[in-house]
Amino acid sequence: MSDEQLIAVTVNGRRHEVAVEPRRTLADVLRHDLGYTGTHLGCEHGICGACTVLVDGRPTRSCLVFGVQADDAEVETVEGLAGSDGELNPLQEAFSEHHGLQCGFCTPGFLMLATAYLRENPDPSEEEVREAVASNICRCTGYQGIVEAVRAAAPGAGGSGAAGTSRNGAGT
Amino acid sequence: MASEPGAVRATEAGEAAQGGRWVGRPIRRVEDRRHLTGTAAFVDDIARPGLLHAAFVRAPYAAAEITALDVAAAREVPGVRSVLTRDDLGDDVAPLIPLLNRPEFVAVELPLLAGDRVRHVGEPVVLVVAESPHAAEDGAERVRVEYEERGAVASIEAALAGDAPLVHDEAEGNVLLDVAFADHPELDRAMDEAAFVLEAEIDSGRLAALPLEGRGCLAEWDPREERMTLWTSTQVPHVVRTTVAGLLRLPEHRMRVIAPDVGGGFGQKCVVAREEALLCVAARAAGAPVKWIEDRQENLAAGFQGHEQHFGVRAAFDGEGRVQAIDADILCDVGAYSTHPFTCGVEPLMAATEMLGPYAIERYRARTRAVATNKAPMAPYRGVSRPQMVLVMERLLDKAARRLGLDPVEIHHRNFIPRDGFPWTGPTGLVIDEGSYHDSIARCAEALDLPGFRERQRAARADGRLLGMGFSVFAERTGYGSGAFSQRKMAVTPGFEQALARMDPSGGVTISVGTAGHGQGHLTTLAQVAADELGVDPDRIEIRQGDTDATPYGWGTFASRSMVVGGGAVKRAGAALAGRLRELTAHLLEASPDDLELRDGRVVVRGSPEQGMAFEDIARVAYLEVQSLPAGQPPGLEVQEAFDPPGTFSNACHGAEVEVDPETGGVRIERYVVVEDCGVMINPLIVEGQVRGGVAQGIAAALYERLAFSEEGQLQTGSLMDYLVPTAEEIPAIEIHHLETPSRHSETGAKGMGEGGTMGAPACVVNAVTDAVAHLGIEIDHIPITPEDLVVALRTADRTEEKSPA
Repeated sequence: MSDEQLIAVTVNGRRHEVAVEPRRTLADVLRHDLGYTGTHLGCEHGICGACTVLVDGRPTRSCLVFGVQADDAEVETVEGLAGSDGELNPLQEAFSEHHGLQCGFCTPGFLMLATAYLRENPDPSEEEVREAVASNICRCTGYQGIVEAVRAAAPGAGGSGAAGTSRNGAGT
Repeated sequence: MASEPGAVRATEAGEAAQGGRWVGRPIRRVEDRRHLTGTAAFVDDIARPGLLHAAFVRAPYAAAEITALDVAAAREVPGVRSVLTRDDLGDDVAPLIPLLNRPEFVAVELPLLAGDRVRHVGEPVVLVVAESPHAAEDGAERVRVEYEERGAVASIEAALAGDAPLVHDEAEGNVLLDVAFADHPELDRAMDEAAFVLEAEIDSGRLAALPLEGRGCLAEWDPREERMTLWTSTQVPHVVRTTVAGLLRLPEHRMRVIAPDVGGGFGQKCVVAREEALLCVAARAAGAPVKWIEDRQENLAAGFQGHEQHFGVRAAFDGEGRVQAIDADILCDVGAYSTHPFTCGVEPLMAATEMLGPYAIERYRARTRAVATNKAPMAPYRGVSRPQMVLVMERLLDKAARRLGLDPVEIHHRNFIPRDGFPWTGPTGLVIDEGSYHDSIARCAEALDLPGFRERQRAARADGRLLGMGFSVFAERTGYGSGAFSQRKMAVTPGFEQALARMDPSGGVTISVGTAGHGQGHLTTLAQVAADELGVDPDRIEIRQGDTDATPYGWGTFASRSMVVGGGAVKRAGAALAGRLRELTAHLLEASPDDLELRDGRVVVRGSPEQGMAFEDIARVAYLEVQSLPAGQPPGLEVQEAFDPPGTFSNACHGAEVEVDPETGGVRIERYVVVEDCGVMINPLIVEGQVRGGVAQGIAAALYERLAFSEEGQLQTGSLMDYLVPTAEEIPAIEIHHLETPSRHSETGAKGMGEGGTMGAPACVVNAVTDAVAHLGIEIDHIPITPEDLVVALRTADRTEEKSPA
C-alpha cells in the first residue's frame, strides 16, 4: 500500500483528494474510489468507449488512463449532466425522446462523447454525427436513435432535445 | 385478400381496433432517466461491506489433460483470501448436467471447475478470491497448472472426421444429438420428378452475443438468515435460483436472486453460468460477499457463443419456381458442453422444426445434429437458428428465381402459405398463425422501387459499379408457452408467466412479474398494458421484475416472450384487480359492478363519472377500514394471474440495396427497409428500437463478426480489435413500415418481435450482395461475407470470363 499516490481530481466541479495505486485506471478511481458508477467499462481495452469521460474538456477513454494521470484535472462524468434540480439537459432529453438507449450500459459514454462533440460542432450534419459517434459501440439500438438524438440536441438545430418526434413513421 | 368475415386482417399500424388509451402510444421510457443520469445500478455498481473479488484461472488450451495443479504460491499473494479448485468443491456441490429427455441426446456434465481435463479455451479451472480485483488477478497469475495437450477439434468438419479426437469419451463421433425429422414418404419421388433440384451448402460463422455489459455476479451469504443473495447480470433470475440452489443443495426459499440493471443479454445471459454457482460457493465459504465481473477478453473466450451452423440442402422445384420438397442435413457446432436449461438441442431442434418458415411446403425431411467441438459452449443467441434457416430458404428461392428469370418478389408470392391458408400446419407439426407475408414483401419492394432499381443497376454496371438488391421474408415464432417447450423435451419446461397486481393502502399499483427486462423497456410497456385495464396513467403503475423475493415464479426474458407471455399475465392481473375494485366499490356505493368503470384513477358510474370513488379511498377501506368490506371479502387488494399461450408468429420482410466495391470487396448498405408485422404494437418507439437493434446484429453477422479459431482451438478474435462489432458508420439508417395482424393467441393482440431484425438481415444482405455479383457467376452461401471473400471471388470470376467469353 506504500506505493499509493495522493492525487487531487475535480469531478463535475467537486474536488476530491484520493490515494491511488499507480496501476489503477481513471475508470476504477471514478467508479470504485469516488463512487461515480455512471461511468461504465465495456471492454477495458479502449474500443467500445462506454467509459468515455471528459478530462479537461476532452473525451477520454477512462479505461486507458491511469488515475494518477488525472491529478489536477477537471473530469466531467454523466452524473454532472443534469441540472442541480435533477432536470435533464437537452442532450439527455433528446436521447430519451429519440429512443437512443435500450439497456443503457453504453449510454454514459455516448452522452459524454456527444457533449464534447457538440461543444465544438454546434450544427453537425447527420453524416458528421455518424462519424463522430462511430467512436463508440452500442449493441442495442442500431445507432439511429443516438444519431437522431445528437442532431436534435445540437445548439444549431435549436438545441432542444424535446424538439421533433422520434417517430417518423415510415421515413428515416 | 380473400379474408373471411371476422378473419384477422392486416391493417395499417394505428388503425387497429384493439389499441386502448395507452397501448399503441410511443411514450418515452420510464427506464431512461436512471441511465441518462448515471444512477442505474448494474452488478459492478453494487457495493457491499467487506466485499471480496474473484478472478478465474482459465484454460489456455482447447483440449488438454491437467497433469499438475499447484495453488500454494497463489495463497501467499497479499490480499488473497481463498483459492478454490475442483477438489475443494467436493460433495457439497452437485454436478450440473443439462438434460434433454430424448433418446438421441448424450448428456454430459458441465463442470463448474475443470477436473483432470479441459475442453475449451477459457474453461474455468481455479477460482481465486481476494480483497481487491488486482490481488485476485495477481493470485490467479501465481497458480501453476501443468497441461498435456490432446488433439482438439475446432470445426464441424474436424469433429466429424473419422479419426477425430473425442471431446467427450461418451459422445461417439462427437455427436451430442442426432434427430431425424418428418421424412415425408413422397420426398424422394418429388426430387425425382422435379423440374430442377437445387443443392446448396450454406454456412454461418460463430458469433458472440456481446452484451456491452459482460457477465458478472455478486454473491453474499447472510449467516443471520442463513440465506444466499446473488445479484447477477441475468435474463432468467428464477431459473438461476432453482438451478444454483439445487447445485448448492440449498432449499430455494433460502436463496434470493436479483437481476439489477442488466446491460444487454441477447441470450448469453438466459442460461445458467458456471461462475454464478461458483461465486455462491465462494461466498458461503468466505462468509463475505464476493464479486466477479467478466472482462471482455473473458467474455469473448469463455462466454457462451452461437450461430455456427452448416446446412446441406436439396430443394425440388417445379417449372414455375414452387418448392416441391426440401431435404436438409443440419449441423450445429455446439462447442464443448450443453448449457442449462436449453441444452445443446436448442439450435439443432429449432433449425429442423422451423426451417420451412412461411412457405407452403409439405414434403420435408431433415436430419439435425449437435456437434461437439473444443470451443466455448453454445447458448441461445438472438434469433437462434432462424438467421441460418432464413438464410437457407431465402438463398434457395433467390437461386431458383435467378434460374427461372423470375422477379424475387414473384417467387415469394408463389411459395407463401396462401392468404386463406392460416392457420397452417407444417410437416413438423408447427402451426403458423395469421401473418401478412404477401403484403409485407409487396410493400417492401415498393418502398425500394425495385423496377427503378433494376434500371439503375444496369446503368451502374456499365460504369463498372456493382449494385444489388435483396429481400428476405420470415416467420418469427414468439411467445411460446409450456406446450411448445414441452415438445422440445427439456428437463425443465419453461413457458408460463405470472403477474401479481397489488394496490397499496395509498392507492398505488405495483405489478410484479417474472419477466426480466434488460433494455426492452418493460417498465414502460407493461405499465401501458396495465394502465388500460386500470384506467390510470402508466406512471401510476410500478412494474417490478428481476428479484425472486419480490416476483412470482417466472421464466424471465428470452425467445421474444415477454410482451406476449408476461404482457398477457399483466393484462389479466390488471383486469382482475380492476374487477376487485369494481366489486368493492359496488358494495360501498350500493351499485352493480357492471355499471361501474375505471377512469382517471377512480371507479365511477358509467355515464355519470361524478359519482364514484377514488382509488385511494377504496384502498383505504380494503386495508384500514376492513369493517366496511362485504362479508366474506378478504382484506387487501391483491390478485395473481398467469398466462401460458401456445405461441404466435410475427412476420417481416427485409429489403436492402447495397453497393460492392470491386477493388476492396467492401459492401456498403445504401438503403435498408423493414416491413414489420408484430400484431398490436404496445409501444411503437420500442418496437422500432428492437427492429433497428436486431437488424444491426444481423448485418454484423452478415458482414463483420466472426469468432475465428485456429485448428488447435485457439481463439483468434479475442479482443474488439479483431472481433468487429459494427459502429454507426457501418449500420445504415433503417426505414420501418408497419403492418398489424393482431394475434388470436395473445391477450393483447401483440406478437413477440425481439429477434426478427437479427433473423432477417443476414439473408437480406447476402441476397443483395449476390444480386450485385451474380451476373459474374458468383453465388454467396456463407456469412460473414468478408471483403477478402468478395475480392477473391471477383478476381476468380474475371479470370474465368477472360478464358471463356460467353
